[in-house]
Amino acid sequence: MITLFENIGAYFILLSRVFKKPDNYKLIFKQTIHEMVSLGIGSLGLIAIISVFMGAVVTIQTATNMNNPLLPGYLVGFATRESFILELAPTVMSLILAGKIGSNVASEIGTMRISDQIDALEIMGVNSASYLVFPKIIASLIFIPIIVIYSMALGIIGGLVVSMYFDGMTLNDYILGIRFDFKMFSITYALIKSVFFAFIITSIPSYFGYYVKGGALEIGKASTKSVVYSSIIILIINYLLTQMLLV
Amino acid sequence: MIEVKNLYKSFGDNHVLQDISVSFEPGKINLIIGGSGSGKSVLTKCMVGLHEIDSGSILYDGKEFTTMNFKQKKKIRKDIGMLFQASALFDSLTVEENVLFPLEMYTKQTKKEMLERVNFCLDRVNLENANKLYPAELSGGMKKRVGIARAIALNPKYLFCDEPNSGLDPFTGIVIDQLIQEITKEYNMTTIVITHDMNSVMETGENIMFLYQGKNWWQGDNHEIVKADNKELSEFVFASKIMKQFRNA
Ligand SMILES: Nc1ncnc2c1ncn2[C@@H]1O[C@H](COP(=O)(O)OP(=O)(O)OP(=O)(O)O)[C@@H](O)[C@H]1O
Ligand SMILES: [Mg+2]
Repeated sequence: MITLFENIGAYFILLSRVFKKPDNYKLIFKQTIHEMVSLGIGSLGLIAIISVFMGAVVTIQTATNMNNPLLPGYLVGFATRESFILELAPTVMSLILAGKIGSNVASEIGTMRISDQIDALEIMGVNSASYLVFPKIIASLIFIPIIVIYSMALGIIGGLVVSMYFDGMTLNDYILGIRFDFKMFSITYALIKSVFFAFIITSIPSYFGYYVKGGALEIGKASTKSVVYSSIIILIINYLLTQMLLV
Repeated sequence: MIEVKNLYKSFGDNHVLQDISVSFEPGKINLIIGGSGSGKSVLTKCMVGLHEIDSGSILYDGKEFTTMNFKQKKKIRKDIGMLFQASALFDSLTVEENVLFPLEMYTKQTKKEMLERVNFCLDRVNLENANKLYPAELSGGMKKRVGIARAIALNPKYLFCDEPNSGLDPFTGIVIDQLIQEITKEYNMTTIVITHDMNSVMETGENIMFLYQGKNWWQGDNHEIVKADNKELSEFVFASKIMKQFRNA
C-alpha cells in the first residue's frame, strides 16, 4: 500500500517536471511531430484491421440474436453504431493502444534510462522529463481522438459490408439503422473519453520507463506493468466518466 | 578547479563513497583509478549532480554546486563535457546529430558553423565517414569515440571521461589519450579521467587518485605511484606480471 502511494506521488512529481515551461520550443515541436508519426501513423493499420473485423462480428452477432420478425430490421445497424461509438472505438481501441504504445514507450524510455542517455540529456542542460515525455503526451492527445473517429468509421463500414451478403439482413435496413436516432453527444462523449485515455496511455508507461532501475530484465517488467496499470486505470476512468456524462 | 570535500554517498546499505576529499586542478590530467565497483563512476556522477549526495560539498572554481538550483546548475553544466562509461549515445540520432546536440542546445551558431565543429571533433577522434550512421551500426570503440567527440564539442572547461580507452585497440587508445592530453593543455581544462589502463596511468597521470573501499586511499603522480609504499595500491597497480617487471626494472 505504501509503495502504491509512493508510486502515485512519484508519478505526479514526474508530471510536474514534464509540464515545466520548455526552454527550447523548436526542439519540443520537432519531437512532437516525430512522435505523432511514429506512434500515430504506426497504429493505423492495426486499428483498421481490428475495427473492420469487430464491426463485422458485432453486426453478425446482433443479427443472429435478433432474428425475430417482431423486431424492426434497422435495429442491427443501430446496435452496431451505438456499440462502436460509445464503447468499442473509444475504450476497446484505447485498451489495444495501451498495449501497443504503452510497451513501446516504456521500453524506449527505460532503455534510455539504463544506458545513461537520460543522464547525458541532463548534462546537456535538457529537462529530460519534458523533452522525452511531453511530446509523447501531446502527440497522443492529438492523434488518439482521430484514431477513435477513424475506428468508428471503419467499424461501421465492417458491419455494412457484412449486411450486404448476410441472410435476413438488407443493406437498406443497415443504413436506416446507422442513421436512426443519431445523437451528436455520443461522439462528444467518446472524444472526451479518448482524451483522458490518451493521457493515460502515454504518461503511465513514461513513468514506469523513466524510473527503471537495473537492466534489460527490468525494462521488460516495466513494459508489462505499464500495460497492466494503464489498462486498469482506463477501465476505472471509463466507468467514472460514463457515470458523470451519460447518467 | 573542482574541489570535493567530505563527500558521502550510499545506496541503501551500500556505502559507496565515504568521506572523499580531493581536488582536481586545471591543465592537468586527473586520474581516478580503483577496482571494479569501487565507486569511480558514482563519484563522477555525484560531482556533476546526476546523483544526490548524502553530505559533503562540491566546488566548481570556488562555487558550491550542491545547493544550486536547476538554472544555476545548467550554467555550470554548459561548461561540462562528459563521456559516459557506456557511451550513452542517443539511439534515435545519427553520429552527426549526436555531436550536434550539445551545440544546438547551448550555442547560437549557424548550422554550417555547427557542422564544421562536428566534423572537426569527429576528425580528432579518427572518425571520418561515419556521420550518417546510427549508434546501433557502430562498434563499441566507435561509440566511445563518438562519445568523446560529443563531450568535447563545446570545448568544455571541465571534462569527465569514464574509461575513454576501454574497448579500443592499443593504437586508438593512445590516440585518444593524446587527444585528451592535448586539449587539456591547450584549453587549460580540468580533466578527470577514470581508467583501468595502466599504460594511460603511467603515460598521462599527473594527479592520480586511488579509490579503495569507498575512500580516497592514495593520491600522487605517475612517478610517485611506482615507488609508493602502499600495499593495496601496489596490489592494484602491479597486479600483472608485466607491470611487476616494469617496477623491478
Ligand atoms: N544507480 C545505482 N543504484 C544503486 N547502486 C548503484 C548505482 N550505481 C552504482 N551503484 C553501486 O555503487 C557501487 C559503485 O559502482 P560504480 O559504477 O561507481 O563502480 P565503478 O568503480 O565505476 O566500477 P567499474 O570499474 O566496474 O565501472 C557498486 O556497488 C554499485 O552496485
Ligand atoms: Mg564505472
